[in-house]
Amino acid sequence: MGQPRVIVIGAGPAGVRCAQTLVEAGLRPIVVDENRRDGGQIYRRQPDTFTRPYAKLYGTEAERAQALHASFDVLRARVDYMPETLAWNISEGNLHVTNNGRTRALPYDALVICSGATDRLMPVKGWHYAGTYSLGASQIALKAQACSIGRQVVFMGTGPLLYLVASQYVKAGANVAAVLDTSPLMRRVAALPKLLARPAVLRNGLALVSYLKRAGVQVLTGVTPVEITGSPENGVQGVVVRDRRGNERSFECDAVGMGYHLRPETQLADLARCAFRFDHETRQWLPEVGEDGRTSVPGVYLAGDGMKVLGADAAEIGGRLAALAVLKDFRFRVADEELRRLREEQAKMDSFRRGLAQAFPWPVEQAAALPDDAIVCRCEAITAGELRRTVCEMGAREANRAKALCRVGMGRCQGRYCGHAGAEVIAHAAGVPVEQVGRLRGQAPVKPLAIATYGEVE
Amino acid sequence: MMGTNRADVVIVGGGFMGAAAAFFLRRRGVSVILVERGLVGQQASGVNFGNVRRQGRYLEQLPLANRSREIWGRLKELIGDDAEFLLSGHMRVGYRQEHVERMEKYARDSQPYGLGLQMLSARALRERFPFLGPEVIAGSYAPHDGHANPRLAAPAFGRAAVRAGAQVFENTEIVDIGKDGDDFVVSAADGKTFRAPAVLVTAGAWANRISARFGEPVPMKAKGPQMAVTEPVPYAIPPALGVASADPEEGIYFRQVARGNIVIGGGCGREEVDLEQRRAFVNPRNTLLQFTQLPRVVPLLRNLSIIRVWSGIEGYVEDDRPIMGPSARVPGLYYAFGFSGEGFQLGPGVGDVMAELIHTGATTTPIQQYHIGRFATPVASAA
Repeated sequence: MGQPRVIVIGAGPAGVRCAQTLVEAGLRPIVVDENRRDGGQIYRRQPDTFTRPYAKLYGTEAERAQALHASFDVLRARVDYMPETLAWNISEGNLHVTNNGRTRALPYDALVICSGATDRLMPVKGWHYAGTYSLGASQIALKAQACSIGRQVVFMGTGPLLYLVASQYVKAGANVAAVLDTSPLMRRVAALPKLLARPAVLRNGLALVSYLKRAGVQVLTGVTPVEITGSPENGVQGVVVRDRRGNERSFECDAVGMGYHLRPETQLADLARCAFRFDHETRQWLPEVGEDGRTSVPGVYLAGDGMKVLGADAAEIGGRLAALAVLKDFRFRVADEELRRLREEQAKMDSFRRGLAQAFPWPVEQAAALPDDAIVCRCEAITAGELRRTVCEMGAREANRAKALCRVGMGRCQGRYCGHAGAEVIAHAAGVPVEQVGRLRGQAPVKPLAIATYGEVE
Repeated sequence: MMGTNRADVVIVGGGFMGAAAAFFLRRRGVSVILVERGLVGQQASGVNFGNVRRQGRYLEQLPLANRSREIWGRLKELIGDDAEFLLSGHMRVGYRQEHVERMEKYARDSQPYGLGLQMLSARALRERFPFLGPEVIAGSYAPHDGHANPRLAAPAFGRAAVRAGAQVFENTEIVDIGKDGDDFVVSAADGKTFRAPAVLVTAGAWANRISARFGEPVPMKAKGPQMAVTEPVPYAIPPALGVASADPEEGIYFRQVARGNIVIGGGCGREEVDLEQRRAFVNPRNTLLQFTQLPRVVPLLRNLSIIRVWSGIEGYVEDDRPIMGPSARVPGLYYAFGFSGEGFQLGPGVGDVMAELIHTGATTTPIQQYHIGRFATPVASAA
């Protein structure tokens, strides 16, 4: 038997370190990535003609970004790199990828999915107006295009990304009207013991908050979002929240960046038929993973935020661990010492992750309080009221059933952005625990696929 | 031990056939228990294409299809929900002379059944449906056919049956069906039992397991349709469209829903599926085959993207005909399953006919050609 054919999906921190470890063992993996350049979301590289220095682009993470990019520059000749390539389906040992209007089936012996995460979003009335972005999209605009999402921006939600993006905007000279955090300060104090697992990261986080305050940005904690005001013609015109004392506060703006921490991109794991389990801590379904990223399906591995949101540093470790798991499973010699060291480091990351989940909780109560006329599913324009009627009058108490009857989560994003919130609305209306509502079944294509796509059939 | 539930009829399987039969039995005043392993309308009934098409069916099926079509037109008034039924016509189109001949022959042969088929020349077609591609040389238009939303139809019948007094047990898996005197005793995994002097088996692709228990196995296979749907675009294609080719790869069909998405099926074979895991998948090869066929009918569709594919589990009988009617062996036992990918349009009619049969002992619509006895073997024995 020749070398195992290994495909790594994603060229972010997890994918790059995974590919590197495989190459070091003498393999030549295929690296499939949707982006034009390596780096993933967090270490996204700017277009070739842009000249912003690392320190400006990545702040405290400049060194890590540079190191990852340098590693990949060396790797490029030793892997089969397929940038701007979407992995759209998986079937019978083949990964189906499309690039530039063509699709191909790539056979694999081992598949390492490093698909990263996107923002976890909780709807608010008016979030469908033009000018509402996720925090991740706000960051992409800045990193890749050197653009602000608006002339006057409000950031709302919770999680470390909220403060990171807001401070990056301030540093870049954008006008940030306010940072509105739904998490109360007390939660963060209570989470400190866990967060101390990574003191340097905690310090960086706190520094961001004080940077924002020094820059004169209003930072409110413990807020309850009420509405994004605006109109279909003019888009976003402002944000209304209740502060922690219950007073209504309005902020004028023409763009909102929103996000409530992150959720793993799990469609590929789903298409690979991996088993999922409900994670009570974060109230979401995650692929079941064994040691070092092994899934329930032999030959399919997960690493990085696409498995569980642990952040970029942990993704680098996870990528290495998954590569070692592949190597071990294909009977390569693996240094146990290295394995042990990586697992120990990863354990610290997990403690910190749990601290973050505690400090910046998913605001479940907002789903229950969402007014009936607020849109839950933006692709299909399904309101909270319609969803509740589907539950109460048509008896849909399960996520896929509600989707079948009222189209919630049926649109082009396949519920990636509304699925979690939709499940909470259903659970509340049905009076059942959210895990009973289940999760939306992922279907190909992972992202819309042009009918003009050409592929050799067999 | 849970209590026993009694009724005149226990229906096993809450697909379109079971839910519609429950509804029509209640309208006749017959008491009904419907037992469904998952949720009503979740399997073949919920994942199919949604054609409310009579055109192209076997001639012997048209009386049943006509009875069903009449009910489709009254859905709102009957069950309070129209299941997005669009009476927008159905059209078959052809690329070659053999297709034209096939359509012409069907139009002639089906004339007694009143489908009102109109043969359209290439020129007439293009005047009326300018979006059709140059390969299309003729069409057969059925003005009184249409399409509806399969995700909604069976659940709507299920809810209407409940409102009409049926007892519906979802998430209830049957583990045994036995006889106790004149009664059938239907036992569920959760300990519930249901008793009735009559049982109707409408368990789709799984029904064969039950009929085999009673010594009446049916040669059938479980297969999954290969479906896809595009992003929504302005509503412009009223009729459901299909290619009148005998070649399954040419036989693409599609319909645009009022919301704007285009639902696509055919253009490939159906995939065999595993009845145990109860989840069927689309073979990516089939999606790509559909991509090559779709623009032959409407070239502009090349500019769209699909946003989702799906499959499901349908029961296909060896001779392509359903099983309908009483058991050949056990009095009081009835079957309606194995609709071989053509059940959606028939759903309301099958429910109505089975209710009539169970209630009166006879039907005004001929269904004897679907009797399970056609597969009887001389040495049939209970499994």
